[in-house]
Amino acid sequence: MAVRLNKPWQTLSEASARLRGNLGVFQFADASGGVIYIGFAGGRSLYGLKGEVRDMAALVPDATQVRWEVNTAYQSRFRELLWAHNADFGALPKYNIELNHRPVRIGRLSPG
Amino acid sequence: MDLNLTEEQELIVGMVRRFVREEVLPLELDLDPDADELEPVDRDRLVEKTRGMGLYGLDIPPEYGGPDIDLVTRTLIAIEMSQHRAGLYAPCYGTFGGAGLAQLFEATDDQKERYLYPTLRGEKRGFFGLSEPSGGSDPARAIQTKAVLDGDDWIINGSKLWISGADRADFGLVFARTDSDKGRNGITCFIVDTDNPGFHVRRIVHTLRSAHYATELQFEDMRIPSSNILGEVNRGFAIANERLTRQRIPYAAGCIGVAVKAQEMALDYVPQRETFGAPLSTRQSIQWMLVDNEIDIKQSIWITLEAATKADRGEPFRKEAAMAKLVATEAGGRVVDRCMQMFGGLGVAKDLPFERWYREMRIRRIGEGPNEVQRHVIARELLGASFR
Repeated sequence: MAVRLNKPWQTLSEASARLRGNLGVFQFADASGGVIYIGFAGGRSLYGLKGEVRDMAALVPDATQVRWEVNTAYQSRFRELLWAHNADFGALPKYNIELNHRPVRIGRLSPG
Repeated sequence: MDLNLTEEQELIVGMVRRFVREEVLPLELDLDPDADELEPVDRDRLVEKTRGMGLYGLDIPPEYGGPDIDLVTRTLIAIEMSQHRAGLYAPCYGTFGGAGLAQLFEATDDQKERYLYPTLRGEKRGFFGLSEPSGGSDPARAIQTKAVLDGDDWIINGSKLWISGADRADFGLVFARTDSDKGRNGITCFIVDTDNPGFHVRRIVHTLRSAHYATELQFEDMRIPSSNILGEVNRGFAIANERLTRQRIPYAAGCIGVAVKAQEMALDYVPQRETFGAPLSTRQSIQWMLVDNEIDIKQSIWITLEAATKADRGEPFRKEAAMAKLVATEAGGRVVDRCMQMFGGLGVAKDLPFERWYREMRIRRIGEGPNEVQRHVIARELLGASFR
């Protein structure tokens, strides 16, 4: 499995039809294709990824695209994606900071 | 070995039990089922309480400000601390503090100033870097990470695998081969700053355990001053070995705590749950599962407390610690498995903690030395030098 998420981007409406209630991680991008939020659907997410993506899209107004990965190890994968973004861009995604959706202590990664 | 708790032990155990039930369990109702950390506001509040109880930093020696609590009592406390969903790998979410890397108590004064005291104050975090892609159970042979002397510095190249907490650590203890001809007498322990050029966390290793994950590390021409050697050159194996032995007792205690909690939940559930017109508790198949659980738990407790008692007396306890790790991890797995069976569909749902315990308990038979290695350690102790 690649450290960075490399699934294809889809529009929010396309995703809405395809997403299911699985556990997993997802990313939102704005119109320019930049990642602006990384989230996960965990054990308390109603309707899994489908519900979580729908609910979070309402809180991330710039989101136009989404990509996701079904993954039961969503906690460790969520952190890996955050650390990798931090390594690539020097900061966490904009809305993870604004919404304070981030682990308490930020880790380092040099994915190469 | 006295099987009765002292008055003081009963008091402490009762206090920790109430803390887990009144402070930790309610928070888990809202946390993600795989969470391993609390919100800072909750964590700070709970740390205040454990400090107030006089139980913060349980494994810190009294000369460094920790409470003076023997290992038997600490084992009893560890059994209580793990009785919640995250209890196996994040007992009470770290709100009891701890010494972190106990090996630093043997460090030089300068090293203590730079690493030990900031760790005890909660300002720095460390990791323990022993296992490698080539193996973790036989560090004397498996360690291929090399350190070569260059002036007053050492240059380290190599990699480590299954290292917990390295991505969020400020420093770590890294074991490297400094003499390729001397086996276990050719390994040195280095204290490594994680902002050092050449230190890389390459990836998170995803396993059954979603939170509290492991990482893969790489060292590329990482330059470490000789002043950062912990202990002596080529004497690192003893540091690793001592840690591995001592760690097996709390490791076993965590498994016992989860088993105790699982059994308690099952004992509450089976009289209420009816099938075919009668409570589950009236079924012999269920009763036998409960009985087998109880036997597994009691065996694990006494074997683990025996190991702790020997350690407290200053007697050799390698065999007993290996037995505790072996028995408690296997018994814990069986108990959680039986409880899942009794709860049926609910047992495998994320609504209840069994599925997390089941996944994490499976790792315990491998972590801190696979149980086959524990059997090897016990056999070696039983058979003595002739076996070697």
